[in-house]
Amino acid sequence: MTGRRRAAIVGVAESEVGRTPHLTVLSQQARASKAALAEAGLRPEDVNALFVAGNWSWAPALTLAEYLGLRPDYLDGTNIGGSSFEAHLGHATAAIEAGLIDVALITYGSTQRSNRSRSAPRPPATLTEQFDRPFGLPQPVGAYALAANRYFHQYGATGEQLAEVAVSARQWAALNPDACHRDPITVDDVLGSPMISDPLHLLDCCLVTDGGGAVVVAAEDRWPDIGTHPVEVLGHGETTTHSSIAQMPDLTVTGAARSGPAAMKMAGVTHDDLDLLEIYDSFTITVLLTLESLGFCKPGEAGEFVRLGRTAPGGDMPMNTNGGGLSYTHPGMYGIFLLIEATRQLRHDFASDPPRQVEGAQLALVHGTGGVLSSTSTVVLGRS
Amino acid sequence: MGDLVPDAETRPFWDGIAAGELRLQRCEDCERAVFYPRALCPHCFGDRLDWVTSPGTGTVYSYTVAHRAFGPSAGDPPYTVALIDLDEGVRMMSRIVGGATVRIGDRVELEITRLGGEESPALPCFRVKESA
Repeated sequence: MTGRRRAAIVGVAESEVGRTPHLTVLSQQARASKAALAEAGLRPEDVNALFVAGNWSWAPALTLAEYLGLRPDYLDGTNIGGSSFEAHLGHATAAIEAGLIDVALITYGSTQRSNRSRSAPRPPATLTEQFDRPFGLPQPVGAYALAANRYFHQYGATGEQLAEVAVSARQWAALNPDACHRDPITVDDVLGSPMISDPLHLLDCCLVTDGGGAVVVAAEDRWPDIGTHPVEVLGHGETTTHSSIAQMPDLTVTGAARSGPAAMKMAGVTHDDLDLLEIYDSFTITVLLTLESLGFCKPGEAGEFVRLGRTAPGGDMPMNTNGGGLSYTHPGMYGIFLLIEATRQLRHDFASDPPRQVEGAQLALVHGTGGVLSSTSTVVLGRS
Repeated sequence: MGDLVPDAETRPFWDGIAAGELRLQRCEDCERAVFYPRALCPHCFGDRLDWVTSPGTGTVYSYTVAHRAFGPSAGDPPYTVALIDLDEGVRMMSRIVGGATVRIGDRVELEITRLGGEESPALPCFRVKESA
């Protein structure tokens, strides 16, 4: 890793999250972008690379660049669902290392709750979807339910073990004033919530919210001008295993088994070095499968890994410290919020609020998942 | 119903279902089955794909009972959507019909069904033949 031109996250911001009918997908991204650049002390004209994902335009990067008045020299519209933003960060870092760009802006915005797009009728099936859609699987929850049932079958895992993930997330959310759901919940609450797609209950599922976020990445030459503590991008990996859940080779092993080791090897870190985890939690099962695929425990043992509050506030492996997609916010493609939270933890932004701050955090693993366990992108971030 | 969009590659499959047959592609190079239909074998990248008729027997790889239905083709919940490992070695999404309780490992057989009534398209569904 020596000799390369380093890249760091130097500014992060979200727009309002929750229900925001007064905002659009564009104004959310504009507000977050302005705040993230302001935090870094950078100007719009410093940005020479734009990274955008979403389905709200025929070409989101072009629409957003025009809207913001940016003329970037480098564009990336990589769209791999909720893992897009970890991928964008990896791509931005590679471009910075190669000397192609100096400052990158990564953004996301969604109005899925206000415009009820999550439950709206989908457009007609196309191409490969014709082999899934006619059978009425409720998407995306049904795909994750298929994975959960297979996981239960292979390892004797239980709904109680899934529920622990939601309970832990809610404990973190209670410490985050911006979280959408902050009231405490128990394992029994999760198991007693309405069944959506067996074995996943309502409280096994992420929220459906509006929201937006932005992340600013800068080359090390610029760090001296930056107003924040840079959070260095140390490693990155990404992959895909399938698009439709019917084509997932093994429903209990995700692409994290490839992207995780790649990111950790590039960063030169081991599991024991990490101070906190930000793991995409679209559903409780997503977290258990990801922890195993990343190698934090053996197959079938993630339930034990998250038990007894190990990942909750005060635990020895803090995870999803903003409350996650399960309790903080989830505007459809959640991955950018993982990066925002990890950055704040590594900068020690919550130092004056000890329960919320992971004490002395130096290294974080951030893992995005997209589609229906279809894509993964892992990054390792370090306080520089 | 907008969920079926037969095209140049997939029409032979849907024509087969309408005729009461489950047709799969088979790669003449590596001799493996291919589902869904496509131009190249995903196993060996071969482009010599032939159509064969499947007996339509397989095993439940996983399933879920949907208690909420999203979308026009979903039907009335609860119903069971399953992933079926056909004996040829390919996996497909389908619906379990016939009312039996489903378990992973159950042996199933093809039952072509019009889930949405007589006006709806014929779909390759499965019935439990032998419980695990």
